[in-house]
Amino acid sequence: MLEGFPILSLTIWVPIVAGILVLALGGDDRRADGTRSLALIGALLGFVVAIPLWTGFDASTPQMQFVERTAWIAAFNIHYYLGVDGISMPFILLNSLTTVLVVLAGWLVIQHKVAQYMAAFLIQSGLLNGVFAALDGILFYVFFEAMLIPLYLIIGMWGGPNRVYAAIKFFLYTLLGSLLMLVAVLYLFFQAGGSFDILSWHKLPLTMAAQLMLFVAFFFAFAVKVPMWPVHTWLPDAHVEAPTGGSVVLAAITLKVGAYGFLRFTLPIVPDAAHELAWLMVALSLVAIVYIGLVALVQADMKKLIAYSSIAHMGFVTLGFFLFNTLGIEGGLVQMISHGFVSAALFLCVGVLYDRLHSRQIADYGGVVNTMPRFAALFMLFAMANAGLPGTSGFVGEFMVILGTIEVSFWWALAAGLTLIFGAAYTLWMYKRVVFGPVANPQVAALQDIDGREFLVLGLLAVCVLALGIYPLPLTEVMHASVAHLLNHVAHSKLVY
Amino acid sequence: MNPPVPILLPAAPEILVLVMACVVLLIEAYDARARAAAASGEVGVPRVAGYVLTLITLLAAAAITAFTGGPGTAYAFNGMFVDDAMADLLKLMTYLAGIAAVIYSRQYLADRALMRGEYFALLLFAVLGMMVMISASHLLTLYLGLELLSLSLYALVALKRDSTQAVEAAMKYFVLGALASGLLLYGMSMLYGLTGTLELARMAQVLAGGVENEVVLAFGLVFVIAAVGFKLGAAPFHMWVPDIYHGAPTAVTLFIGSAPKLAAFAFVMRLLVDGLQPAQGDWQQMLAVMAVLSLAIGNLAAIMQTNMKRMLAYSTIAHMGFLLLGVLTGDTGGYSAALYYVIAYVIMSLGAFGLVVHLARAGHEAENLDDYKGLNARAPWLAALMGILMLSMAGLPPFLGFYAKLTVLQAVVGAGLTWLAVVAVLFSLVGAYYYLRVVKLMYFDSPRSLEPIGTPGGDARLLLSVNGLGVLLLGILPQPLMALCLDTMQQALR
Repeated sequence: MLEGFPILSLTIWVPIVAGILVLALGGDDRRADGTRSLALIGALLGFVVAIPLWTGFDASTPQMQFVERTAWIAAFNIHYYLGVDGISMPFILLNSLTTVLVVLAGWLVIQHKVAQYMAAFLIQSGLLNGVFAALDGILFYVFFEAMLIPLYLIIGMWGGPNRVYAAIKFFLYTLLGSLLMLVAVLYLFFQAGGSFDILSWHKLPLTMAAQLMLFVAFFFAFAVKVPMWPVHTWLPDAHVEAPTGGSVVLAAITLKVGAYGFLRFTLPIVPDAAHELAWLMVALSLVAIVYIGLVALVQADMKKLIAYSSIAHMGFVTLGFFLFNTLGIEGGLVQMISHGFVSAALFLCVGVLYDRLHSRQIADYGGVVNTMPRFAALFMLFAMANAGLPGTSGFVGEFMVILGTIEVSFWWALAAGLTLIFGAAYTLWMYKRVVFGPVANPQVAALQDIDGREFLVLGLLAVCVLALGIYPLPLTEVMHASVAHLLNHVAHSKLVY
Repeated sequence: MNPPVPILLPAAPEILVLVMACVVLLIEAYDARARAAAASGEVGVPRVAGYVLTLITLLAAAAITAFTGGPGTAYAFNGMFVDDAMADLLKLMTYLAGIAAVIYSRQYLADRALMRGEYFALLLFAVLGMMVMISASHLLTLYLGLELLSLSLYALVALKRDSTQAVEAAMKYFVLGALASGLLLYGMSMLYGLTGTLELARMAQVLAGGVENEVVLAFGLVFVIAAVGFKLGAAPFHMWVPDIYHGAPTAVTLFIGSAPKLAAFAFVMRLLVDGLQPAQGDWQQMLAVMAVLSLAIGNLAAIMQTNMKRMLAYSTIAHMGFLLLGVLTGDTGGYSAALYYVIAYVIMSLGAFGLVVHLARAGHEAENLDDYKGLNARAPWLAALMGILMLSMAGLPPFLGFYAKLTVLQAVVGAGLTWLAVVAVLFSLVGAYYYLRVVKLMYFDSPRSLEPIGTPGGDARLLLSVNGLGVLLLGILPQPLMALCLDTMQQALR
């Protein structure tokens, strides 16, 4: 292991620099192939530099690893302070991998302003890695908010007919949350005697009133991102209007930022308030699971259906977090990674269909299996994973969370268990209507099966989904020490009166 | 016995600018070619002499300020004029703003037959007025500088003599400005009656010892603050801002929207902090009201605008609200945050108005928001620069504007006024909407014509690029400017 080598900085800056290069060199759509290749090289490089995080990771310690710390704004004691533990490291890998897939997925679909499209995704990827790696409050905030800008442009420039509304709604909604968090961060700075170090905030004793206020501020920032019911309404709009790549990044990574925030900020900084308000968080999560599951059932638009299914699945994640036991939190984390693969794959599948027929309506399809058998097989796997079939990654996380819930309350577990029924219902019903049955119309009859590039992208995700489903141990091993440390920390009150 | 020779060195840059302003005026008057062109109304004759001389003057003044400006504080004219660290920094920024304004405006003025000697002379006089305000340590000096600045600006607004809109704007500006000056003088006279001195440092001493008549102090303060509000363009004294920004030729708006804010900030600091510090409890509340009103009115009214200049005018009001938040905390951290904010604002405002000027071509103004539709397809680089500036003004990281808001919010939270910080961020959210709308117009909407916008003026384009990228660079590495502002304030208030 190269000691002191700035791996985390590389995972942040390699994609950003690649994005700027793509922007600078590939301004012309006539040279789009070169631009795409350059973007792919950038994305692959970004993934390669992230691999040492996995291979060099010491799973036996909850300490921050690969730490980099230099003064950034000395006048205000703000540091360029990076580090990962078992909770954040997997997300950097997930994000770097997703970027490669997104670049591949947009290869031929995007014909207009290719350089700007690819650059936006690369820069976004670097910023997201920054969110997961930052250990300084202001640095975190900078990445947290800056990542909205590329996504705003992606939705607004390459999205569907209602893209402008969706982009602005997405931006303002999430900005509202983050601005309140900014005030909370500044408040913590003064409480901690002039420090923006997130880890030092973990140890900071706070009064209950202060903890509750901070909890609310963080709740707005992270719950909007997750998104939790009832602040989820931006997500269906954003998902439906975003181009396929945008939906993939949104579902696979951006939503995880919110959940990650709960683990990095809310639970350790305001543990007493978190315990106090856990009932509320559990209730909201259960509403997301049950009610949004029902909402998903009646969607006529495939993307909307998957968007609502995302909200329901993320409800599982937040439910797991606020149970305060190992199974719950680890299950939530596994669910996040799994959902990253599955939702990305499902959006890509819808993208495959949309590229061919330019419709997302379930009613416009039927009998796709007759013309696209390879696609139908892969789509089947992802649909099953979304429904939580054992052997796929979707099962592992949900099962762990349900086990964790039973430890706390049987009735909660029963409500959460409903998701297995609803999930199967809406996913498989959609799958049946789209893929099976007689060929619905001449357009479907003329469909071409997926080409090598699409097969590569979906195949990679299928491998990930199965691997995680059959043998999740490597992933849970990585996070085990950090989760145990977090739970131990949260179990001790740091209240002052 | 010889009378003592006055020490003029601290005022050397002012003297230079004064002399050169007169020279520029005279050159024009004696330049036969220019007179002939003016008489025939010929378009596009570049007044190279005035242009070059103005730039040289500002650069030379910058050099003098940089070299004579030591760490200490120097007084001149019997303590009426002060040269301290804050004055040096603000003056350097003023020259910079002047230089940028001149370079950005050259093509615009030449296209519209406005590039006359008066423009350069008035601009230099306005710069001189600001310099005097920045260095004032006496109420008379302060007033002198203020009037010199204001009168130059009134005339600049009316530079386009045949435009009814511009002349109307100039009249409005003059009438309201004169009223504000009257209020200021009235307030000053009360303060003088109360303390018996016009010297700001002395006034602070007298006030610190307690005053007999609190009512006179309160009235004096109210009048003075009203004038401060007017000069800053803070609500509820903001009515002139949109009309004047809108009515003035864009090149003049560019200037009005940038450098005078530095002088207005100096005005606030000299008057309230140097002179009226003991009455802080009183002015703090008034500033809080003005700040919240400015944030609310500026941000809400900007949403409804369809004209870029008017929108930026309302956004200025909101920015001044933020500036006041920094000042009202009443400690060094807050003042340095406000100083940082005003410098950041001037840099962003120069860039934004600079782009508006740059995109305006002969016979075509880029004033309406609709003119920006699809700019990304027609001029991607300019759209990117405008995008950076808009997002920066909205206060998003990683741009300069975010750190400006951050330092102010930090000072506000540090002063225990967390609720004020929450109000400020909520209005920032409202503000984000109209800045994002400009980005939306440029990037999401399709252009009305696909004809690429070929803009002449390579120097302006280069400087605009530096300006826009500077906003990004100062956002990624904010330390130097932030530390500079903090050091400056600590030195100035020692």
